[in-house]
Formats: sequence, C-alpha cells, structure tokens
Amino acid sequence: MSNTNSLLTIKDLHASVEEKQIIKGLDLDIKPGEVHAIMGPNGAGKSTLGYVLSGRDGYSVESGSVTLDGEDLLEMETEERARAGLFLAFQYPVEIPGVSNLEFLKASVDAQREARGEEAISSADFLKEAKAACKQVNLPVAFLKRGVNEGFSGGEKKRNELMQMLLLKPKLCILDETDSGLDIDALQVVAEGVNSQRSADRSFIVVTHYQRLLDYIKPDFVHVLSDGKIVKSGDASLALELEAQGYSWLQKEPSEDELEG
Amino acid sequence: MTEQIDKALAREYEAGFVSDVESETFEPGLNEDVIRRISGMKGEPEWMLEWRLGAFREWLEMEEPDWALVDYPKIDFQSISYYSAPKSMKDKPKSLDEVDPELLRTYEKLGIPLIEQQMLAGVAVDAVFDSVSVVTTFREKLEEAGVIFCPISEAVHKYPDLVKKYIGSVVPKKDNYYAALNCAVFTDGSFVYIPKGTRCPMELSTYFRINEQNTGQFERTLIVADEGSHVSYLEGCTAPQRDENQLHAAVVELVAMDNAEIKYSTVQNWYPGDENGKGGIYNFVTKRGICHTNAKISWTQVETGSSVTWKYPSCILKGDNSVGEFYSVALTRGRQQADTGTKMIHLGKNTKSTIISKGISAGRSNNSYRGLVRMNPGAEGARNFTQCDSLLIGDQCGAHTFPYVESRNPSAIVEHEATTSKVSDEQMFLCRQRGLDPEKAVSMIVNGFCKEVFKELPMEFAVEAGKLLEISLEGSVG
Ligand SMILES: Nc1ncnc2c1ncn2[C@@H]1O[C@H](COP(=O)(O)OP(=O)(O)OP(=O)(O)O)[C@@H](O)[C@H]1O
Ligand SMILES: [Mg+2]
Repeated sequence: MSNTNSLLTIKDLHASVEEKQIIKGLDLDIKPGEVHAIMGPNGAGKSTLGYVLSGRDGYSVESGSVTLDGEDLLEMETEERARAGLFLAFQYPVEIPGVSNLEFLKASVDAQREARGEEAISSADFLKEAKAACKQVNLPVAFLKRGVNEGFSGGEKKRNELMQMLLLKPKLCILDETDSGLDIDALQVVAEGVNSQRSADRSFIVVTHYQRLLDYIKPDFVHVLSDGKIVKSGDASLALELEAQGYSWLQKEPSEDELEG
Repeated sequence: MTEQIDKALAREYEAGFVSDVESETFEPGLNEDVIRRISGMKGEPEWMLEWRLGAFREWLEMEEPDWALVDYPKIDFQSISYYSAPKSMKDKPKSLDEVDPELLRTYEKLGIPLIEQQMLAGVAVDAVFDSVSVVTTFREKLEEAGVIFCPISEAVHKYPDLVKKYIGSVVPKKDNYYAALNCAVFTDGSFVYIPKGTRCPMELSTYFRINEQNTGQFERTLIVADEGSHVSYLEGCTAPQRDENQLHAAVVELVAMDNAEIKYSTVQNWYPGDENGKGGIYNFVTKRGICHTNAKISWTQVETGSSVTWKYPSCILKGDNSVGEFYSVALTRGRQQADTGTKMIHLGKNTKSTIISKGISAGRSNNSYRGLVRMNPGAEGARNFTQCDSLLIGDQCGAHTFPYVESRNPSAIVEHEATTSKVSDEQMFLCRQRGLDPEKAVSMIVNGFCKEVFKELPMEFAVEAGKLLEISLEGSVG
C-alpha cells in the first residue's frame, strides 16, 4: 500500500503495557479527510492503541512503525505528538482540581501555537473562541470557569473532550468511546461537533461500540479490532453487520498466527 | 515518573547571589556583652537592653525543642555572628540618594525596586538587609494617614510607649527557645501602627535579605491595629546560596484591637539548600496575633524556601466574635523539611477560625502539618473548620498531618478534613496529550491544588507566588 499521501500509517505494530502484549501486529492506513471507525469487544486493545499512538508513559512499542504526516511518530515525546496534531479524546477523562477549564485550554492552545512559532493567543480572542466552542457542544459557558472535569457528569466530561478538540483543531482526532454515556440529544451534539470538523485535512479514528453513532457520523471505513489486531475491515455496512451478529463470528475465524503455527 | 522527577530536581535558586557590600560584622559568639553591643549599635534606651538581657537569661535555662518532625545537626550558637550591617548604613542615610547604590541594586535584582516611581503602586516597602533596615518607602504618604511604618529599631526611639506596651505582649519572652533567643538578640524588623478607624491607604511590606556569611538574622516585627482599623501586610525573604546553614529566628506579633483587621501574608523563599541537603536556611519562626472583640487576623503563607522550617502562625481569639484564619501553601523538594501549621486558641464567645493547609512534597523532602485548635471553657458557640490537603510528587517524599484538638466547651464545633493525593500519571498524560510540557503540567496541577490559598493573597503577590512555585518546580519532572 502506498502511503506517500497518508496522514497516519501503522505497520505491524506490537505494543505492550506492564510486560503484557496488547497490540499484536496491527496495520492501519489513514488518508487525510477520512473517518475510520474502530469497533471490537471489550479488552481488545482499542484504548491501548490510542495510548500507544499518543505516547503514554508505560506503553512500550516492541516492533513496527508509525508515521504521522511522514514523520516517525514513535520518536516523539507525548507533547510533541500533540503539537504535531494528534488529539485523543479520553474514554475516561481525568479531573484536575483547581485548574480552570479556561486556563487549561488556553495553556494547551498556547503550547501548540508556540511550537508552531506563533504568539500566544490574546485572552479576549481565546475567550470568544472558547465560548463558541461551549455553545457548539452545548455546555453552559460557566463550565469554562470550573476545574477541568471537576465534578462533571459522565456526559459533560465527554462533551468537554470534544470542546478541547474544537479549540485545538488537530489533524488526527482519536475519539475513544466519546459516545458512551451520552443521552440521545448529547449523542447528536457530539456527532454534529465531529461532522462540523470533518474536512479534507482532518482525519478521525472513532472508537465505538454502537452502530448508532455511525448513523450520524458516516465512516469511510469500519475495522474490527480483536485481540490486538484488526481482524476485519469494510465500509459502513460492516457496522450494521456487527450490530446484528456481534463479534463471535469473527473471532471464530482462525487468526494468521494460528494458521502459521 | 519518579525517575524523571529525581533526574531533574536540580534547579536554580534565582535569589542566590551575594552582594558586594562592605559590612561591619560582629565576631561569632553569644554572651551578655554581645547583647550590650547590639543594643549599643542601635543606641537603645536602658529599658530595651534590660528586656533583652532578661530574655537572654531565660534562654540560657531553656532547651531546644525536639518535637517537630525535622532533623538537623545541633546548632552551635557560639559559632554564629549576631550582628552584621553594611558600613554605609552607619551614618543613617537620610534619603534614597544617600543609600549605597549596591544595596539598591540588590533589591532591584530581587524584583523590589526601592525607587518609589518604579515600585508597585500602592505598596510601601521596608527593606531589611542582614541586621539593619536600609530604607522604608512612602513614609510621608503613610504619615499623612497617621500610619506609622518604620524599622523597629527606630520605633524604639520614636514611639517608646507603643513599643514598650506591646513588645512581648503576644509572644512572651520565654514563650519558646527561639523566641527567647530572638528577644535577646533581635536586630531589626518593621513596626506598624494603624490609628483608630483608619484603613491603611496602601499595602505594607517588608523584604528581608540575608547577605553576610555565618550570620543569623533575628528580625522582629510588631503590628498594632487600633480599634476599627485595617491593614494588609506582606513579607518576603531571600538569601544567597551557600554551603553552610544559616539561622533565621524571627518573632512577629500582631495586635488587632476591637473591630480591627490585620491581613498578614508571607512569601518565604529563603535559600533551600542544594538537592543533597547541603546549605540552606534554618527558619525557626514564632508568629502570633491576638484578636480583641470582633477583630480578625488572617495569616496567609507561601513557604517554598529554607532547608528546615519550623513555623506556626497562630491566633489568640480573645475577644467575642473574633475571627482567625490560616491559609498555607508549603512546598518542599530536594531534602527540605517543613513542620508548619497553626494554633487557634478560642477564648471568646462565638469565635471562628478557618485553617486551610496545602502541603506539596517532592523529591526526598518531608512536609508536616501540625495544628492545634483549642476551645477554652469560655468559647461558647465557637467554631473551627480545618482542611489539610497533601499532594505528593514522586514516591520518595513524606507528608504528615498532626492535628490536635482540645475542646473544653461542649457547644464548640470543630471540623477537620484531610486528603492526600498524588500528581497522577493520568493528569500528567492528559496535560501532555494537549501539548503541555511536563514542567508546565506539574506547575499547573500544583497551582490548581493551591488555588484556595492563592486567592487569599493580595493580587500582585498571588501572581508572584504562582511564579515562585513554577520556578521551584522547574526541573522537578524530566
Ligand atoms: N496497565 C495495564 N496492565 C495490565 N493490563 C492492562 C493494562 N492496561 C490495559 N490492560 C489490558 O489490556 C487489554 C486491552 O485494554 P483496552 O483498554 O485497550 O481495551 P479496549 O479495547 O479499549 O476495551 P473497552 O471496549 O472495554 O474500552 C485489557 O485486557 C486490559 O485489561
Ligand atoms: Mg477502551
């Protein structure tokens, strides 16, 4: 597969956490503007993939390669990956007590601007953008003043993740179950938020358990991740199939390892 | 993460320079003659000398306290010099133009320009260098409002009645070992008097600088807020970076008369020693205030420096309805040790106290909160709320809480909450995933942790304190 114009190219990735191998030979190629949905059973390694790509401490890559925009992603520090345009919306967003959302977001945006050689954004401009982002994800503006995720409900945390994405304008957005725990209206808000950001130079990895979300966000590809590998890829119709049949019919197929061994 | 923290705990202490001024310094040693000489240097009246000598005799009988959770070699009090002053200060410069420019440069370098035009508008400064006050700014403006703000050595001459009446009235001479020592050898510090019904028109602040080697600094501050008056006061302190330990034993006394309010803030940044615990200031301080009816005293402290800190700013809530507050951030790293907290002594009816303590420990440091809340039999309807939070960075440091409660009045209510948390991997990961470097991430998390205390600081200093934490934490993650 040619990857000259790919945004993200993962080749034969093996990665582990606490000496336990979780990602076991994973390939994925994402072109600018594409939306890839990743589905798969609990514990398959979906969140782990997001952590490995974003360079979380304690997650080590044993072999394989990953490039973002042609650059070796694995060589970069966590924050450098972020500044290179990689964004992860967390499955379980963490609280930072006492640090206001606004302060946190401005510091993040400024860090990324600085890396691009731009000046810090003025407080007034940023406030305007942040308010607009709040509105877009349907969070009251008062949330900007509250501590990061401090006492937020599950759904509010997810919307807050999306708000960060809107402000940081990444190239590659990894949304890890941003739809779980959302009520129907919020689900639509999140989907609209994502759709509004779809563009020729922004790609998405959408991790989800529910076909429902994919009704709103039409993916270009759907992959099934099972036991650390992508075991099936297809178009949007694959999600429908999975919804109807579950994962067991896929897991019964012998994996490559087993065929070789 | 621990490894990263360890790797980088070395950071620069920005105030660690030495100023090149010629000083007159006493030979090391402590005896009655030395005390007579200190008193002589200050041209003190007889009663002041007698008071000092009385304290010294008490001190000789006392034992160094050992109950705090700090560990340091025994201090040889004979190896310390008890007086050092720039020679240029001998003829008592009348105005700024007469002050040695090197002294002015020292304060400028520390970010405290003493030229009034360059100063933070609305802040008057008393600059104490080793054993003497160099200059006190904005005095005329304060005098117009009837406010007295001057070196205590000067107050002894100019306002002997006030000094005589209040010195030692809140912290008795033999209150404790270091306080007694201070009474005997104190050199300078600030004196503040706010007349009845007056709101002090500006923030007052004293900046303490230790420069000379092998000297101790024994400063003494006395603030009297007369009925219905109001004052906000801030102290800051720094010292050069040296391999030897230096002793700083201060006494601060606050008197808040009926309906008066005193807000006392400290940003303590004495040299903390290097990462192996070499050098640094021993900061053994007694601070106490007395509140009469309806009065309020609020202590806010940000403690980032010193190798050993032993400090318990306290309130005696004597008058009915009086209020005491203690807001503290204590950051320790490297081998620093801090044992700090407060005492709230409730004597009057319906007295109220609030204690918010935030301890941050990094490196191999030890950070203890020690607090006493006492409800005396007369403290009908008194209330206390205490919250002690500890934040750990890395896993080689210690955080301890020693809350003592003595309640002798069944109607009094004492509430205590305590938490211990860590700067978690998840929080660090979230910050870095958004593009922040690890240092910025830690300082942001720590600043968030301290928010409740920082918001109590006067505006200008809240920013300073935040920056100070940032510098203190520089390199605490790799
Ligand atoms: N720190 C760790 N130590 C040991 N095992 C871990 C660790 N972190 C994750 N795992 C294991 O790795 C596997 C993959 O976890 P991961 O969170 O990536 O799954 P997932 O596909 O996101 O599942 P879900 O759909 O439930 O979110 C799980 O079996 C999990 O228990
Ligand atoms: Mg997951």
